[in-house]
Amino acid sequence: MVIEQRVIQIQEDLELFDNDLDKYEYIIDLGKTLEPLEQDQEKDENLVQGCTSKVWLVCEKKENKLYFKANSNAMIVKGLVYILVNLFSNLRPQEILDINLDVLKKLNLSEIITPNRQSGVVGMMKRIKEYAKALKENNE
Amino acid sequence: MYKEHFEYFSNNKSVYLDNAATTQKPAQVLEVMNDYYTKFCANIHRSNYSNANKATTLYENTRIYLQEFINAKENYEIIFTKGVTESINFIASSFVKDNFDTVIISTLEHHSNIVPWHMQGRTLHQGLEVVNCDENLNFDLEHLEELLINHPKSFVSIAHISNAFGKILPIKEIVKIAHKYNALVLVDGAQSLAHIKVDMQDLDVDFYAMSSHKTFGPTGTGAIYAKEEHLKSFKPYQTGGATINDVSFERSIFLDSPYMFEAGTQNIAGVLGFHEALKFINNIGYETIHNDEIQLYSYLRKELSRIKEIQFYTDIKDSIGSLSFNIQGLNHEDIGILLDKQHVLVRCGHHCAQPIMKYLNIEGTIRVSIAFYNDKYDINKFILALHKAIEILKD
Repeated sequence: MVIEQRVIQIQEDLELFDNDLDKYEYIIDLGKTLEPLEQDQEKDENLVQGCTSKVWLVCEKKENKLYFKANSNAMIVKGLVYILVNLFSNLRPQEILDINLDVLKKLNLSEIITPNRQSGVVGMMKRIKEYAKALKENNE
Repeated sequence: MYKEHFEYFSNNKSVYLDNAATTQKPAQVLEVMNDYYTKFCANIHRSNYSNANKATTLYENTRIYLQEFINAKENYEIIFTKGVTESINFIASSFVKDNFDTVIISTLEHHSNIVPWHMQGRTLHQGLEVVNCDENLNFDLEHLEELLINHPKSFVSIAHISNAFGKILPIKEIVKIAHKYNALVLVDGAQSLAHIKVDMQDLDVDFYAMSSHKTFGPTGTGAIYAKEEHLKSFKPYQTGGATINDVSFERSIFLDSPYMFEAGTQNIAGVLGFHEALKFINNIGYETIHNDEIQLYSYLRKELSRIKEIQFYTDIKDSIGSLSFNIQGLNHEDIGILLDKQHVLVRCGHHCAQPIMKYLNIEGTIRVSIAFYNDKYDINKFILALHKAIEILKD
C-alpha cells in the first residue's frame, strides 16, 4: 500500500537522528515548511478535538482524492501535523479508510501512536477518517 | 532518600514531577494488594469463612485507620468510593440536589467540582455561584460572605488545594463563614493528603473527599468523610448487593451508613493498599513531609524565577505541591514534549481546570508538582532540561 511506503520513507528520515532532541528539532523544522492555512480557515469549526494544543484541519477533494491542510499553535505539533498531512493526502477515501493506524507505530513517535483522548494529533487522525467516510458515503 | 521505598524509581530513570496527577506507590502498598489476590482473595461482608473474614476485617480496619488519620468522630462517617470524582458526584446526587438552592464554588475548581453541578441544571447565577479571587488567585472571603447573604440555602463546594496552582484555600475561615449562614461545606481534598495533615474536627467541614492514588495508594479508590448529623438526610446513591437489610419484590430496606452507600463488590485490594499508603505517610510524619516540601517548593520557584521569560500566575504564599507557569512566546505543549524527551515528566495543559485558564486568558500551563520523595537533584535536572527546551524552541 502507498501509505506503508510513505511511512517507511518518514521512518528512514527519523532514524537518521541518534537522539530524541535532534529528532524533534527536525520535526520542528518540518512544521516550518507546512503550507499555511488561509486565515479564515483557522476557525473553531475546523478545530479537531483535543485540548493540549490547537490543531485546525481542512479537507479538499480533487478528482475523488482527498488533500489535507492543517496548522497548529504548537511548534512540535505543527511538525507532527506536517507528517500526517503528507501521509494521508492524495489518497482515495477508501484507501484512507483501509489504513490500519498500527502502521504508524513504525514512526516511533509517542505523540502520534498514544491513544490519548486529549491529543490534538490523535483527534486529527480521527477527523481524517471521518472526512474519508463522509465522502465515500456521498459518492455511493 | 525516600525513593528507595518505591520500586518505580529503580525501574525509571526519569524525573517524576507529575504528582498532582498521580503519585508513586511504596512497596508495602503493592505487597498488601498482591497478598490479597494471592493469599486470601475473597469477597467482603458476605461469606463467613476464614479468608472472607480476614478480608472483611482488613477492609474495615482501613476505615478505622482513615477515621483516626483524619480525626473523624465515627468510623461510619467514612464511606469508600472510587475517588474524589465519585465522592463529589455522590454528595451532589444523594444530598445536595434536593436540599440546596445554590452551590458556591471557587474559581480554582477542578472540572470534577464543576460538572456535577452543571448536571443538576445549575448554571452561573442560576443555582451556581463562583467566589472571586485576587491577582494571586487568593480566595475572596468577603465575596463568599456576600454570596451567602444573597443566597440563603447554599451549599459550598470547594477545593482544599488547587490542583493547577498549588494554592491552599483558607478552609477553616470558609467553613466558619458558611456555618454562620447555615450553609454546609464539602471540601475536595484530592491534593491535600499527600502534603498536609487534615483534621475533620479542626476544619469542622461537613464533607471531605479523598483520593488514594494521589496519596501514594492505588488507583480506583478513595473515600468521602460525611459528618454524622447529615447522614440521615442522604438518599441512597448506587444500589445493589450488600447495601440492604431486607429485600422483597415489594420493597428494599437499607442498611445504615456506610454500607448503604457501598453498593456491589468494593475495590478491596485498593482499600487495603490505601491503608498501607496512609501508614507509610504516618511513619514519615506530616511535619517532616511538609518541611521538606516547603523547602523544595521554594527552591523550585527560586530557580524558575531566574528565567527571564517566565510567567507565574500566583505568588508562593500559602501554596504547596503544584507550581504552574508559562514561558512567554512559547507553547506549553512544545515544552512538555521536549522535557519528556529529556526524561523529565511534567503535565502541560489546562489540568482539568479550564474556567481558571479562561479567567487568566491562557490555554494552559506547564505544571510541576512535587511530592516528598522529590529532591534538589530532580529540580536541577528539570531546570536544565527546561533551559534546553527553551533554547531549541527559540532557535
